[in-house]
Amino acid sequence: MSTTTHHETTIAANPDLPTIEIVREFDAPPAAVFRAHVEPELVKKWLGPRRLEMEIVTWDARTGGEYRYVHRDDQGEYRFYGSFHEVRPGERIVQTFTWEGVPDGVALETITFEDLGDGRTRLRGVSVFDSKEARDMALSSGMEVGVNEGYERLDELLTAEK
Amino acid sequence: MEDRLSRVFAALADPIRRDMVARLAVADATVNELAEPYAVTVQAVSKHLKVLEDAGLVSRSRQAQRRPVHLEAEVFDLMTKWIERYRREAEQRYQRLDAVLAELADDSESQTQTREEDAS
Repeated sequence: MSTTTHHETTIAANPDLPTIEIVREFDAPPAAVFRAHVEPELVKKWLGPRRLEMEIVTWDARTGGEYRYVHRDDQGEYRFYGSFHEVRPGERIVQTFTWEGVPDGVALETITFEDLGDGRTRLRGVSVFDSKEARDMALSSGMEVGVNEGYERLDELLTAEK
Repeated sequence: MEDRLSRVFAALADPIRRDMVARLAVADATVNELAEPYAVTVQAVSKHLKVLEDAGLVSRSRQAQRRPVHLEAEVFDLMTKWIERYRREAEQRYQRLDAVLAELADDSESQTQTREEDAS
């Protein structure tokens, strides 16, 4: 695979578990991808949706640390916070994630950086929600459509569509 | 539209109905043919079919007695679009991360270059 290859982001939402799994490869070594996840001035450049401005209030990316940030658009503010449960340089980050709009909901996110050699990394992010409903809400957030029930292996459907 | 998507997801929440959809993806089938592999009555299968039909996932043709069940595959476009939107958002985020990583690589290269120039 050449370095000019466009990398596809794959998403799997398991019909039987309240999880979302995202996999994506990067043409950069694990240390660099990790840096982009822990240094706030780098995080700011990519994390939020493009249409939103991101303000980092707290960012202490180490085991037992915490974060808090605000996304803003002309509609208003969206505030998020969580704890860094474990930050293992170049390998993995385990953190909690809460949107203040749903203060009772918390997701546990595990991000791993797999060294593929040749300066490439496979990033895998697994988010575990406290219910399938909460997961579906997260998936459909920003949409007019609220879906609360039911599932099929949408990743398989997506594959079948190609 | 929203309600339709909710009905599709609800219809597919049941493993028997997911299995029926998987089989109908291969070929149309009659109710009796669909009922065969399950340890449930034809009536129960008919009930499952009704749910799939109400969700717009399947249709019954009017072919005399046979009336085979047909999968309306375009309904899956709705579901695909739904998760595709999330995927696109994640993809855009990671394309920005690509750019950040490229900058990081440029930085370390230029730093190396500066050090080399200093040394010479």
